[in-house]
Amino acid sequence: MTPRAVLTARGTGLALLGVLPLAFLVVFFAWPVVAIVGRGFTAGGVGAVLGDAATWRLAGFTVASAAASTVLAVLAGLPVAYLLARVRLPGVGLVRTLVLVPFVLPTVVVGLAFRTIWPDGGVLSLVLANAFFNVAVVARTVGGLWSQVDTRAAEAARALGASPWRAFRSVTLPALAPAISSAAAVVFLFCATSFGVVLILGGARYRTLETEIYLRTVDLLDLSGAAALSLVQFAAVVAALVVGAIARRRRDGAARVRSGVDGARRPRGGEWWVVAAAVAVVGLLLTPIVSLLVASVSTPDGWSLAGFRALAGTGVRGTLQVTGWEAASNSLRAATDATLLAMTIGVLASVVLVALRRAPGRLARGMGETMDAALMLPLGVSAVTVGFGYLVTLDALPGDLRTSPLLVPLAQALVIIPLVVRMVLPVLRAVDVRLRQAAATLGASPGRVWREIDLPLTLRSLVAAAGFGYVVALGEFGATSFLARPDAPTLPVAIAGLLSRPGELNNQMAYAACALLMVVTVLAVVLIDRFGAVRGRSAVGEF
Amino acid sequence: MSLSVRDLTVHYGSFAAVRDVRLDIADGEVLALLGPSGSGKSTLLRAIAGLEPATRGTVNWDGEDLAAVPVHRRGFGLVFQDGQLFGHRDVAANIAFGLRMHRVPRAEHAARVRRLLDLVGLAGYERRRVTELSGGQAQRVALARALAPEPRLLLLDEPLSGLDAGLREQLAIDLAALLRRSKITALLVTHDQEEAFTVADGVAVLDGGEIRQEGAVRRVWQGPADDGVARFLGVTTFVDGVASGGSVRTALGEVALPEVGDGPVRLGLRPHALRLAGSGGAGSGVTGFGVAGEVTAAVHRREHLRLVVALGLPEMSTVDAVAPVTADLRPGDTVRLTLDPDGIAVVG
Repeated sequence: MTPRAVLTARGTGLALLGVLPLAFLVVFFAWPVVAIVGRGFTAGGVGAVLGDAATWRLAGFTVASAAASTVLAVLAGLPVAYLLARVRLPGVGLVRTLVLVPFVLPTVVVGLAFRTIWPDGGVLSLVLANAFFNVAVVARTVGGLWSQVDTRAAEAARALGASPWRAFRSVTLPALAPAISSAAAVVFLFCATSFGVVLILGGARYRTLETEIYLRTVDLLDLSGAAALSLVQFAAVVAALVVGAIARRRRDGAARVRSGVDGARRPRGGEWWVVAAAVAVVGLLLTPIVSLLVASVSTPDGWSLAGFRALAGTGVRGTLQVTGWEAASNSLRAATDATLLAMTIGVLASVVLVALRRAPGRLARGMGETMDAALMLPLGVSAVTVGFGYLVTLDALPGDLRTSPLLVPLAQALVIIPLVVRMVLPVLRAVDVRLRQAAATLGASPGRVWREIDLPLTLRSLVAAAGFGYVVALGEFGATSFLARPDAPTLPVAIAGLLSRPGELNNQMAYAACALLMVVTVLAVVLIDRFGAVRGRSAVGEF
Repeated sequence: MSLSVRDLTVHYGSFAAVRDVRLDIADGEVLALLGPSGSGKSTLLRAIAGLEPATRGTVNWDGEDLAAVPVHRRGFGLVFQDGQLFGHRDVAANIAFGLRMHRVPRAEHAARVRRLLDLVGLAGYERRRVTELSGGQAQRVALARALAPEPRLLLLDEPLSGLDAGLREQLAIDLAALLRRSKITALLVTHDQEEAFTVADGVAVLDGGEIRQEGAVRRVWQGPADDGVARFLGVTTFVDGVASGGSVRTALGEVALPEVGDGPVRLGLRPHALRLAGSGGAGSGVTGFGVAGEVTAAVHRREHLRLVVALGLPEMSTVDAVAPVTADLRPGDTVRLTLDPDGIAVVG
């Protein structure tokens, strides 16, 4: 075998690993989407919609409001990331957990909470609500990398005469850039395809591509209009992804993970301002949550647990086909399946992506970047489109997937996979290549190197990604609402069902279900964080 | 049991970091790859390890072409400049890593780890976390880890460069003794001549990606192939002379060099080739009355006083020289310098 043959053999192994994630994306994402868009095209009239100025105003508003929410989420998320990564104060662990809660709240509920604050809706409340959801993405993604970035470079800058702010801006910030741009890309996609919040807060005045697709598909049965808008949405998302990929490529490798160092300490001087900002952000995040919790135990007649008791039933005159507790157990089961699925696919994809990036040659790099972007696409396509597509295509597959209990986990996994990749990839990439080479010279085969070096070093972010994915699956509403059968709703779907039917008890029950969802989420996050930390200490040592 | 490298060329893009290198290491030999930074020596070592694909040329072990053999099956140990210990494992687990990879029965691990820790002078360090080790200790552990699977060739990539001077010297001596005692075949990459001469039997001088000279340590030291190699080996002044009857006559005086054949010869002078007259030095070789000059700079070193002396000769305005530590010399003082064969290399 020549050296080229060795490279080719390695490439074949990679290709085999890459097949599973790609096949999953093709069968459970590309095919349904293409099928549904194709139906729109055969119906005709796509050209007219694309030529309409209103379509482009809609696209412009979607992108602009999503961009505004992204900027807001990043600005609010950075102080919290700092708090999580660099500050040793009592209560930081609690913040780490609490900050996740908004992210997993059902969108319908958050929409309602914000409407009580700004009754007339408006752009501001829309932008704020979308940012509210995503502060956690920024805080946890950036915080994760920040805690592992070597502090000595910033210390060197300080010794060279840089002020703390200057050292942050010119040393730490560039090191964090990969995580920030990753997080921003994810947040932008979440905001651009946000559904429940816009539906409730935007009303008839402010519509985005996502809600318009839903309206045309479900209410107007205008499939060709919906298909045209899906194309526009897709194009906007691809454009955003390309910009993100370019930004990432330029800044890649800025961060070096340094193990064995805990950079967290008590803040000094001006750092207290950052801590104060972080606390203020967390306080703002908690406001709707607290009001929700209060609502779950208050009735016009005073404090009461009536809502929680009602969870054992099915609501006023059988609003639901199952009890609240059954819906909760559906949620847990679906989220578990979705997480297992997404971790398998997402971690495999991350491994392939990192290997491609390390491989010599432009072709491999190009393939890696394309696959990287493709993995983000599910975030950018309307859940409504995907859900409808499932109903159209999955009949063709062996086994009765459409009525299978796996249908909802499949759709949820599709939402989580990009998250898993975005959380695992930066850490995987930051593993020092020479550490892997040292293992190889000691006789570790490429597969063994992954198991012995990369896995232990990234274990913590793997656990974090799994926990994150799990709670996102728990709160997922868009696709689930479309796919969950009426006799097997998840908790968020049940909540939406309860809210859509008038009745004091239904409201009480919905609020109680929200509270339950939050408690389950917090518990899950606490458990996973603890597990990660304990395992981390024994297996990862210094993490 | 030998490594032979033929016509090895490694490109980074269009830049040839290593060009047409030919290299042999015999069984049990320790070869130092000596060169300034950026000379391609680390690239060459990485290509031998299989970490860098070669553009052309071959790396053979006992006649077997290793092109198709991936890194983990070459059986070459590698010690990095900064150790690259596995931070998530303790000292014993780092050393046992290679044993596990080579399926050495688990029951033997503890004993072999203990033996290796003894070998590198860190007995009892098994349960230490690698993050608690000093730089020198970390390099010793890295060495033990690389030796554990009993590699057929040990590759050392500037293993001592990250350490402070005193420690580096001690570790170089320890390393030399360890390699000799265990009869390990090794390739040491370094930019430090002293380290190369302390540790290795043979030396290959690399510059601009090409091997300029290869040979036994003492031969290369005393007879560098050209001015470039000579300069890299510490020569600061060149002087042409004529040899006859075991003695060379130059503008700086006459010096006894019995091994030089009659005829014109080019000498390379290291600072201690010119000594303050009457200050002894090697003594016996010093002949003639030397050359006079004026001190323009004097710096104290550990073992001598280092001088820069202006000679006023047409072909060399200033030279480096040494005086005993006790000599009280300042800029402006007049001195007389004599040649000491100990610091002289014959160039070409």
